[in-house]
Amino acid sequence: MADEPQVIDKPAPKEIIAPGYTFGTVTDQIAAVVLTKKTPPLFWMGSFAVGFGLLLLFLLAVGVLLMKGLGIWGLRAPAMWAWDITNFVWWVGIGHAGTLISAILLLLNQQWRNSINRFAEAMTLFAVACAGMFPVLHLGRPWLMYWLFPYPNTMAIEPNFRSPLVWDVFAVSTYATVSLLFWYVGLMPDLATLRDRATDRFAKFSYGILAMGWRGSAKHWAVYETASLLLAGLATPLVLSVHTVVSFDFTIGIVPGWHSTFFPPYFVAGAIYSGFAMVLALAIPLRSAYGLQGLITDKHLDNAAKVMMATGLIVGYSYILEAFTGWYSGNVFEEAAIWNRMTGMYKYQYWTLIACNVIAPNALWFKKVRSSPVILFIWSIIVLIGMWLERFVIIVASLSQDNLPSSWGRFEATRWDVATYLGTIGLFLFLFFLFIRLLPMISIFEVRTLLPQAKVKEDEA
Amino acid sequence: MSQIFHHSTNTFTRITLFGAVFILGFAGWVVFQLSTSDYATRATQAREQPVPFSHAHHVGGLGVDCRYCHTTVETSSFANIPPTKTCMNCHSQIWSTSPTLEPVRASFRTDESIRWTRVNDLPDFVYFNHSIHINKGVGCEICHGRVDRMPLTIQYNSGQMEWCLTCHRNPEKYVRPREFVTTMGYQPAGDQEEIGRKLVAEYKIQDARTLTSCSTCHR
Repeated sequence: MADEPQVIDKPAPKEIIAPGYTFGTVTDQIAAVVLTKKTPPLFWMGSFAVGFGLLLLFLLAVGVLLMKGLGIWGLRAPAMWAWDITNFVWWVGIGHAGTLISAILLLLNQQWRNSINRFAEAMTLFAVACAGMFPVLHLGRPWLMYWLFPYPNTMAIEPNFRSPLVWDVFAVSTYATVSLLFWYVGLMPDLATLRDRATDRFAKFSYGILAMGWRGSAKHWAVYETASLLLAGLATPLVLSVHTVVSFDFTIGIVPGWHSTFFPPYFVAGAIYSGFAMVLALAIPLRSAYGLQGLITDKHLDNAAKVMMATGLIVGYSYILEAFTGWYSGNVFEEAAIWNRMTGMYKYQYWTLIACNVIAPNALWFKKVRSSPVILFIWSIIVLIGMWLERFVIIVASLSQDNLPSSWGRFEATRWDVATYLGTIGLFLFLFFLFIRLLPMISIFEVRTLLPQAKVKEDEA
Repeated sequence: MSQIFHHSTNTFTRITLFGAVFILGFAGWVVFQLSTSDYATRATQAREQPVPFSHAHHVGGLGVDCRYCHTTVETSSFANIPPTKTCMNCHSQIWSTSPTLEPVRASFRTDESIRWTRVNDLPDFVYFNHSIHINKGVGCEICHGRVDRMPLTIQYNSGQMEWCLTCHRNPEKYVRPREFVTTMGYQPAGDQEEIGRKLVAEYKIQDARTLTSCSTCHR
C-alpha cells in the first residue's frame, strides 16, 4: 500500500478524477442525482419510459407464452434452442463486466474502477435478472422449474447433477446472490451518506433502514475492507466459472460446432468483451446527461475501451482457432459445421459477427477512437450486436445443420421471440433507471479516497 | 435534529434478523409437512360411495377372500372392481329388499354401471401393475391396510412416489410368502428381514436399481 499514492501522483495525461474536487463537492454531485427534489432530467424520463413500455411488452409476451406454450416461439426441431438461450448467454455475459470491474480490478488494485464499479455492479444484477428469465421461460412447463433445486420432496428424487443445465441453476443463482451481496455491502457507507443528507423523513427512514446503522467507525471500515476483499476473492472465480458453466451447456453436447475444449475461456472473454461494451454504452450517455465527466473521465472510457479491445482480440483469436480446428480435425462434421457458418443459411449473421468482433475491436488500437465518447458509444453498440450474433450463430447454426442431413432445418424467429428479447431489455432499463434515481450510481466513499486530500493523509501515516 | 429511529428499533432489528432464520426454516418445514400430510394426499379419508360398501362386513365378518371379487388381481395390471353381477350372486336372495342396495339392483335391471368412487387413484403417468406385486409376495395389507376393518374404504397409503420407493429399495422388509398374500393381519414366522431376504431370492425380485429405474413405473 505504501507505493500506491505515488502511482496516483504521477502526472498522467488523463486523470481518473478531474482536479478541483473536494469531499464535499464529490458527495454533493453524486447525492444530488438521488436526493434532488426537482423533476429528474428528460434523459431519465425518456429512458425510464422506454424501459417501462418494453417491460409491459415483456409481461404480455410472458403472459401469451404461459397461456399458449413454447410453440409461439420459433423453436422447431432441430433448432430447439435459439433466441431464448442466445439471450440468456448474452445477458449473463453482459453481467460479467460488472463483477470484473468490482472484483478483479479491486484485487488488482486498479483505482479507476472506483467511479464506475457501482453502476457496473447494478448492471450485473439487472443483466442477471434478465438472463435468469430465459432458463425458466424456455421450459415447456416453467411452473415446475423448482424441480431443478435439490430439496426434500415427496417424489424422493433430486436433479441430475451431471447436467450443465443444472449447474447453470447453481452458477446463476450463486452469481446473482454474491453479486447482490457485494453490491449491497458496497452500498452501505453510501446509503449512510444519503441518510444523513436526505431532508424528508421518508427518505431518511428508508436509507436509514438500508444503511443498517452504518456510522463509519474505524471498526466498521476495517470489517468493510475485509468483507469486500473476501467477496472480491469469491466473486473472481465466480465470474470465470459462471460463464464457463454456461459454455458447458454447449461443449458437453456432441453437436459439431459445440463440442470444443476452448469454449470456456473463449466464452468468458466474450462475456467481458460484451460486458465492457455495455458499461460504455451506459457510462457515456449517463455522464453527459448528469454532467459527471469529472468523475467518469475520458481516462475511464479509455481504459474500458482497452479492456474491451483486449478481450475482443481473444474472441477474434477464438474464431480463428475454431476455423482452424475445424479444418485441422479432419472430421467431416467439424469441417462442415465451420463451412456452414461461413457459407450456409446463416452466413450473413456469421460475417456480420466477424465484422463486429474481429475487425471492429482493432479500431480501438487508435487513441483517436478511444478518446471520442461518441465513437466509443457507437463501437460499444456494434460489440453488443456482434456478441449477440456470436451466441446466435454458435447455437442456431450448429443445431440447424448437424450430423444427419434429414434433420436439417432453418430457424425463423417469431414476433414473440423478438418481443421477449426486447422485453428483457425493457426490464433491464426499468431496473437500471430506478437504480439511477434511487441509489447513488457512483460509489461516493470510494471516489473520496481518490481525492488528493485522502492521499495526503496516507502519506503522513 | 432528532434521531431517525427510536430506541426500540434495536429490539425490532434483532427480532427480524434472528427471526428470519426461524421463520424461513419454519415455513419450509410447514410446506413439506403439508405436502406429505393426509390432508394433501387424501389418505385415511373415507370417501362417499353410491352404495356404502363395507369391506369390514364382507371380509372381516363373512370371511370372503379378496380374490372372490377382485378377480384379476393375480393376472392383470388392474385389480378389477367387481361388476354388479358379482354383488347379485348373493344379493338377489340376501337383503333383496334393502333400500341401501337399491342402486345395485337398479344397475342390474338397467345394465348401467355403478359409479364407484375411486379411492386409490394414481396419476395416469404411473403404470402400476397389481399382478406382479401379488406374484412376488406383496400382501394386500401392505399397501391397502387392514381392509377387513374398513366400514368404508380409505386410501391407506400416501400414494406418493416416496412411499413406493421405500419398498422398491428394500423389498425384504415387506414381502411375505405367496400363500399369505390375501391374509389380513399376517405375522411373519420369525424375523421379517431374514425371511424377506430368502423370499426376495426365491421369487427372483429384481435389485433396487432396476426396481427404482424410471421405466419400471413411468412408461
